[in-house]
Amino acid sequence: MSGFSPRFARGDDGGGARTPFKTRPFVQELPLPLVKEPFSTGSACVDGLPTTGIKAGPVEHQFFDRADCAPVRAYTIDVREALHSFHPDMPPTTIFGYDGVFPGPTFRAQYGQPILVRFFNNLPKDHVGFGIPSITTHLHNGHTASESDGYPGNYHDSGTYWDNHYPNVLNGFSVDPETTDSGECMNTLWYHDHRLDFTAQNVYAGLAGFYLLFDDKDCGDETNTDGFQLPSGEFDVPMVFGDKVFDADGQAVFDFFNLDGILGDKNTVNGAIQPFMKVQRRKYRFRFLDAGPSRFYALAMSDGSPMVQISNDGNLLPAPIARSVVTVSVAERHDVIVDFSKYQVGEKVYLMNRAEQTDGRGPTGTLLTPGDPLVEFQVIGLQNPDVSQIPSTLRIPPPLSLDQVVKTRSWEFNRGNGQWTVNGKIFREDEIRATVKCNTREIWKFKNGGGGWSHPIHTHYEEFRTLTRNGQTPPAFERGRKDVSVLGPGEETEVLFNFRDFHGKYVTHCHNVVHEDHAMMIRFDIVP
Amino acid sequence: MMTRRALIASLAAVPLVGARAAAAPPPSTGGRRHFPNPTLLTQDNERVAFYDDLMKGKIVLVNFFYVECTGICPAATANLINVQEMLGARVGRDIFMYSITLKPLEDRPPQLKMYQEMHSIKPGWTLLTGSANDCELLRRRLGFADIDPVVDRDTANHIGVVLIGNERIDSWMACPVQSDPKQIVKSVSWMDR
Repeated sequence: MSGFSPRFARGDDGGGARTPFKTRPFVQELPLPLVKEPFSTGSACVDGLPTTGIKAGPVEHQFFDRADCAPVRAYTIDVREALHSFHPDMPPTTIFGYDGVFPGPTFRAQYGQPILVRFFNNLPKDHVGFGIPSITTHLHNGHTASESDGYPGNYHDSGTYWDNHYPNVLNGFSVDPETTDSGECMNTLWYHDHRLDFTAQNVYAGLAGFYLLFDDKDCGDETNTDGFQLPSGEFDVPMVFGDKVFDADGQAVFDFFNLDGILGDKNTVNGAIQPFMKVQRRKYRFRFLDAGPSRFYALAMSDGSPMVQISNDGNLLPAPIARSVVTVSVAERHDVIVDFSKYQVGEKVYLMNRAEQTDGRGPTGTLLTPGDPLVEFQVIGLQNPDVSQIPSTLRIPPPLSLDQVVKTRSWEFNRGNGQWTVNGKIFREDEIRATVKCNTREIWKFKNGGGGWSHPIHTHYEEFRTLTRNGQTPPAFERGRKDVSVLGPGEETEVLFNFRDFHGKYVTHCHNVVHEDHAMMIRFDIVP
Repeated sequence: MMTRRALIASLAAVPLVGARAAAAPPPSTGGRRHFPNPTLLTQDNERVAFYDDLMKGKIVLVNFFYVECTGICPAATANLINVQEMLGARVGRDIFMYSITLKPLEDRPPQLKMYQEMHSIKPGWTLLTGSANDCELLRRRLGFADIDPVVDRDTANHIGVVLIGNERIDSWMACPVQSDPKQIVKSVSWMDR
C-alpha cells in the first residue's frame, strides 16, 4: 500500500494527488457484501473455535454465563491482506480485509441470540505502507461490554486473536427486564478497526463491514405481518461510502501528512467506483453508511424525489420522514426507503452526493447541482408483487424525562497549535476524563470550539436522545436515538444518556478519523 | 507475507485489465515520493541532504520550532528531552530526532547551537535550518502548515505536533508534541517493525 502526498490531495503545492486512471462510470454492478456464516452454533459453540496463534484477550467477559448472554453462535474473522478490485479499469488494490474482503462480510444478528466473534490478526508483520498490522475491532454501536468494544488501547498484534462478545441484548436488560426500553433497539451497525492512532489508516485500508441486527418488528422479512414489513432480502441493501485516491499502480494513497482530514477523488460504494444497480419497480431499503475518512455526504436522488428516512444511526425513528437530501457524516448510518415503482422500465436515476467539500474541515454548506453521481439505478420490471410497507409509526421512544439526571458534563471540541483537543486536553489512554455511575442518566453538552471545522462526535456503547441543537428542538430526523452528534461550525448539542448494564472503559471522539487519531478523544469509565 | 504474485493468483474471480496489473510494483517505500531533498544546515554548520542523509532508512521524529518561541516550544522541547532520555542509546544509532526551524532567517547554525547547549540536547537530535524556501517547502510537505492562512501566519501559535515514522517501511503517524513522553516512546516502538 502506498503512502504519499504531503497535502497534495488539497493541491496547495500546485500538484494535487489525483488518481491517474479514468474509470468509466456505471460499468460494474454494485457489489453486495457477503453474509457471514457462523463457524459453530449451539450452547457449546465457543468451545470448538480454532485457537491458532496467541490469545490476546480479553481476560474475561462480563455476563458471559448469563442465560440471555451466553453465545449461541460463534464466528471467526480472518483479518488479512488481500487484493481488491475497485474498478475494472484499474489494477487491483492491496487492502486489509475482514476475511480478506471489502466491505467485510455482513453479520446478520438477532436480538436474543448472543454471539461471539474471534478476530484473528493475520496481517503481515512486515507490512509496508499505510496501515499497521495491529488491530482492535469496534462494533459501532453495539450494547457491548468494554472488553469486547474495541477500546483503542486494546489492540492486538499480528499472530494473535481477540474474542468479542456481542450479546445482542437491549439496553437495560440487566437492570429490570420488565421495563427494558425496547425503544433502544438497533438495526444498522457497523464494525471497524479502532487501533489507537491508526484508525484512519486501517479503516481506509479496508477494515469495515456491516452488522445488521434484527428483532421481532424489524425482522428482515417483508412478508411477516407481525413485523414492520420493511423491504427485505435482496431489497434490503447496505451501502458503505468511502472516497479514495489511487496511484499509478492502483494502490490506495493515504496522505500521512494531512492532519485536517483527507479527501479522495474516487467515490466508492461497497468497494466499487461508481457502480450501477438494477432495481425492480418497487420499494428498496438502503442502509447508508459513511465510512470516512473525512467526507460528509448530502445524498439525493437525481430527479429530486424524496427518500423516506426510517432510521438514524441504526435506530428506527418514531415515524418515517420524507427528505429530499439526507446528510450523512462520517460513521452515521441513515436507512431510507426509495420507491422505484414510479419509474418506467429502462429509466435511469442516480444517487447523488450534493455536498460540496474541498478539504478536511467539513462540508462548505453549499449544495451542488447536480452533484457527484455515486450509483446509477437501472429500472427493470417487477418480478413479484411488492408486499413491503412503510409503517406510519416506527419506534416511539418513552417520554423524555430529566428527573433522574445525576450529572451534566460539557465537552468542547477544539484545536490549538494544530492539535485536536477536548476541553483543551489531548487523549491519553490511561486518563479517565469522566466516571459514570452505571444505571444513571447524564446530560452531555457537546460544543464545537470553532475555527470553521465540523466534528461528528461519537460516543461508544450508549445511544443518546438529543435534547437540543443550538438551543432549539432538534430537527425531526434527530429526534430518535443516535450515537453520532454532528457539530457543524459553531454548533452545540445537548444529549441525554442512560448508561446501563456493563462496566469498564469506553471512548467519545470525533469521527473525522484523522481528528480522532490525533487525540480528539476522551476516555470515560462506567463504574458500579 | 503473501507475495503480490500469490495475491494476484488468488484473485481468480477479479478480471485484471491491462499490462499494469502483472507488472512488478515499484519498491513500496514512499521515499523520494514523499520527501524533497533540499540541503539543510545543522547546528554544527554541517550540510545535510534532507531525504538522503536524514530520512532514508531511518526511524525518525520530526517537529518544527524556533529559538525565540515562548509559546509551545519550551514545553515541547522539554518533553522531547524526556523522550530522548527514554529512547536512550538508540537515538543517533537507528532513531533520529530532528527539529526544523520556522524562522530560518533568524535561526542560523550559531543560534541553533546555542539552543542545543541551553537545553542540553544530546547527540542524535539535530537542529536544522536552511533557506527560507526550503524550510517552508518542508513545513508544507510534512503537514506543519495550518489550513487557515490567518492561523498559519501566527507563528507564535505554530503547529505543535511531532511526526513519527519509519522510512524503511513507509509507516508514518503524528501525535501532539505535548503527549505523555511514555506515549511518544510507545508510538516510536510501533514504527520499529
